[in-house]
Amino acid sequence: MISIIIVYLALLFLIAFWAEKNSKSKWVNNPYIYVLSLAVYCSAWTYYGSVGIASQSGISFLTIYLGPVISLPLWILVMRKIIRISKQHKISSIADFISLRYGNNRFLGALVTVICVFAIVPYISLQLKAISETFEIITDETSYVSTSILDDSTFYIAVLLAIFVAFFGTQATDASQRRKGIMTTVAVESILKLAFFLIAGVYVTFFLFDGTSDIYQKASQLDNFKQITSFNGVESGFNWMFTILLSFFAIFLLPRQFHVAVVENDRERYLKKAIWMFPLYLLLFNVFVIFIAWGGNLSFDGTVNQDYYILLLPLQNNNLVLAMLVFLGGFSAVISMVVVSTLALSTMVSNNLIIPYGFLDKFIQGNPQKNTNYIKNIRRISIFSLIIVAYFFYVNFSYELSLYSIGLISFAIIAQLAPSFFIGLFWNRGSAKAAKTGMIVGVLVVVYTLILPFVVNVLRENNSFIEQGVFGIELLKPYAILGVDFLSPEAHSFFWSMFLNTMSFLTISLLSKGNYRERNYAEMFINSSNYANLQDSAFVWKGEAYVSDIRNMLNRFLGEKRTERALHLFNIKYGISKEEEMADARLINFSEKLLTGSIGSASARILIASVAKEEPVSLLEVLKILEESKETIAINKALKEKSEELTRLAEQLRAANTELLEQDRIKDEFLDTIAHELKTPITSIKAASEILTDGDDMPLELKTKFLDNIVSDSDRLARLIHNILDLEKLSSGRDQLEIKTNQIDKTIDKAINGISQIANNKKVAIIHQNGKELFANYDEDRMLQVLTNLLSNALKFSEPEIGTITVLAHQKKEIVEVVVEDNGKGIPAEDINYIFDKFYQSKHQNIKKPMGSGLGLAISKKIIENHKGKIWVDKKYKKGARFLFTIPK
Amino acid sequence: MKKILIVDDEPNIVMSLEYTFKKKNFEVYIARDGGEALQIAEDKIPDIVLLDIMMPNVDGYETLKQIKNNKNLKNTKIVFLSAKNKAADIEKGLEMGADKYLTKPFSVKKLVSEINELLS
Repeated sequence: MISIIIVYLALLFLIAFWAEKNSKSKWVNNPYIYVLSLAVYCSAWTYYGSVGIASQSGISFLTIYLGPVISLPLWILVMRKIIRISKQHKISSIADFISLRYGNNRFLGALVTVICVFAIVPYISLQLKAISETFEIITDETSYVSTSILDDSTFYIAVLLAIFVAFFGTQATDASQRRKGIMTTVAVESILKLAFFLIAGVYVTFFLFDGTSDIYQKASQLDNFKQITSFNGVESGFNWMFTILLSFFAIFLLPRQFHVAVVENDRERYLKKAIWMFPLYLLLFNVFVIFIAWGGNLSFDGTVNQDYYILLLPLQNNNLVLAMLVFLGGFSAVISMVVVSTLALSTMVSNNLIIPYGFLDKFIQGNPQKNTNYIKNIRRISIFSLIIVAYFFYVNFSYELSLYSIGLISFAIIAQLAPSFFIGLFWNRGSAKAAKTGMIVGVLVVVYTLILPFVVNVLRENNSFIEQGVFGIELLKPYAILGVDFLSPEAHSFFWSMFLNTMSFLTISLLSKGNYRERNYAEMFINSSNYANLQDSAFVWKGEAYVSDIRNMLNRFLGEKRTERALHLFNIKYGISKEEEMADARLINFSEKLLTGSIGSASARILIASVAKEEPVSLLEVLKILEESKETIAINKALKEKSEELTRLAEQLRAANTELLEQDRIKDEFLDTIAHELKTPITSIKAASEILTDGDDMPLELKTKFLDNIVSDSDRLARLIHNILDLEKLSSGRDQLEIKTNQIDKTIDKAINGISQIANNKKVAIIHQNGKELFANYDEDRMLQVLTNLLSNALKFSEPEIGTITVLAHQKKEIVEVVVEDNGKGIPAEDINYIFDKFYQSKHQNIKKPMGSGLGLAISKKIIENHKGKIWVDKKYKKGARFLFTIPK
Repeated sequence: MKKILIVDDEPNIVMSLEYTFKKKNFEVYIARDGGEALQIAEDKIPDIVLLDIMMPNVDGYETLKQIKNNKNLKNTKIVFLSAKNKAADIEKGLEMGADKYLTKPFSVKKLVSEINELLS
């Protein structure tokens, strides 16, 4: 018998070896290995315990499988998120996961670890108990807990398992790396345990009995048949619900499940296979449970442990080979559970408990080889300690316990991680303080309502505590807190612990905001969909750190080669120069992640903090950063609008500036021109005066000529000054128009009269085409000024004898239009756009400025504009010049 | 007899200058703008040109340039006679090669003495 066990174990060692060696083989890397390794869920509890439950309380054994089955469709959403986050941060256990979510909180990681150890060690010890008990059944020994450890075969099996885990579980220091050897053996064992269980089921159902209906008929004649095949009212329904919920949580939170489902997950797509194959596996496992239970009930009289019907039935019928196979199936279930659980727990204990609370100083001084050995040794010692503690627990305590109830207690404790875990995934307010409080409260409630009564019961053999509550207070009865007495102890405990845990978590989260690290990681966990953007750069970090210090720190754990490679990749990814001396937030975050796999996230944070001078980031800053990331889009949009507005304003300013410069230039030019225009007559007057002063011998005729010049230049000067002042007055708006209703034709006649003398002298005809009586509102003096200016311009450019000037006024809708045209040589094309400008005088003028000041048309334009009219030249008119202006009626 | 070319578009000013320099025994020529001035200068090779700047068509600056480019006129002195009296204007005129720059309104006596000095 022992030799068979040893051969079997050797086989497992070989498989693990082979898988580690051929870690690239597709036999090792496929979704089936992943799905089968999930079946580590089916421990001895499933293998033996389910039958026990089924034989006593019917189909309620199913609840423990319904939870996982219900949860699996959710995996695509939830598990994928968990896996993504874990891969990103090299998370190696559930303790790491939760502590990272709440800002790398060291205490939280340790708390989760303690809770898990607390829950799982008794569970492991039960597995050992199963081995021991089945071993003894099959070998028919009676003294199965011997006086000395040394002749207890279970002890040796436990040690062998510890060696197995220690050897294959600590191949790499980075605990987030996958252990292909162990996983392959777990998968193989999953096949074996299912196969052997099914064989036994078929054997019991079809060989010992005559098929399913035969068992059913026979079993239905038993006394308790009705009780074990139906629901017992509402209470039972509640119990069902709670057990389902419990197992629902367990499939996520049990350290071994987290390990196989998350840490050992190779590809996200494996999940797609898992969501239908894993339920199928569980279904197959449960097909024969009820029949084996009935068969057992029929074959035994209740003096044997119902848990082991599956083993006892073949033995009773002397089928030793089958019994052996059944034993090996159960042994497989135990081994895989123990191996994966201790592996997961040892990582947690080393990375979240031992290293962060004691060994960090040592690591800071050590060299890489030493550190690696240290870490591995801590893990190996953890593995051995866990198994040995479990063994002693089994020796001293588990005598009384059934597989099922210990399993449930274990689940109920593990479930205390659920609020922080699940709510933390989807709610960014959850804080570390709240998580700690919730867990502690929850665990205390479980202890009080489940474990304490149990222990008291075992030790004192009296039920007063359970029946009267602590200090005899009825409301505190451990199985019926506040009078809730219709639930099974487990469901009751679960209800109260979860309720108080969740309430504390929510309340404290709402009351106090976490520090910046927590809020930062919360944001990362919750927004894992746009994870790529968040990851390294999302980390809020302010402070000073040298790349060389961080490099040294990494060297100690990863070795020079891996460190160089990692930093090289980092620099390439973010385009950072190799010579960069100062580390930024991304490097800090990246290095923490690198170390997390080896020593856990909390330790990694502490280590990095030891070489980086971190400045506290005020909550205000963090809030700003976090809220900014949310509002970035909105702000960007606002900024864009602002910037567009600014561009527009700048454009306007530029235009205004150009306009001002232009006006400035025009003003300068205007002043220059005025100066020039004023100086010309003055020069003439001065020269003539000087000549006359010295000119005693000058003929009288010439004297008169010079004197005439002086007079005409004086006139010119006076006129010029008058015009300048007039234009200035019109432009500044200081000119008050005296608007009255006048008849336009009469005004035209007055203007013509004013210059008729000159026209007659030049023999130029002025024709006024008198139309209807047209009235309009205008300042008549100003209008005369305009008309006179236009007429004298026309006269100036008209040829004597043949020149004709035509004036006419007519009505057009609401305006009066006046036309002044001549048959002169017209306005040259290059001048036409400038004639209304001040001092513009055509270069083609032959006659030398006899009267013009250069301001006539500019003044006319101002006058018409002040009347809200328009003045322009008809550019198409080719027979001479044709001026038009309009004024409103 | 020295030849003087007076270039200005203001007839009254021209008249005063013409009278003055005739009295001083100059051979006086008159032009009303730059174009006319260049023709006459080419033809008569004056000893001195009195040049207004702000004139229609070809202005004083352009006329100066043309005269300077003409080898036949290399001995011809040029005096700007302009209302533009800013320092920058005067500098520009002298830089372009004018021998003298007098601002309007000018003193006839001073003008005559400056020109005598230039020609001596």
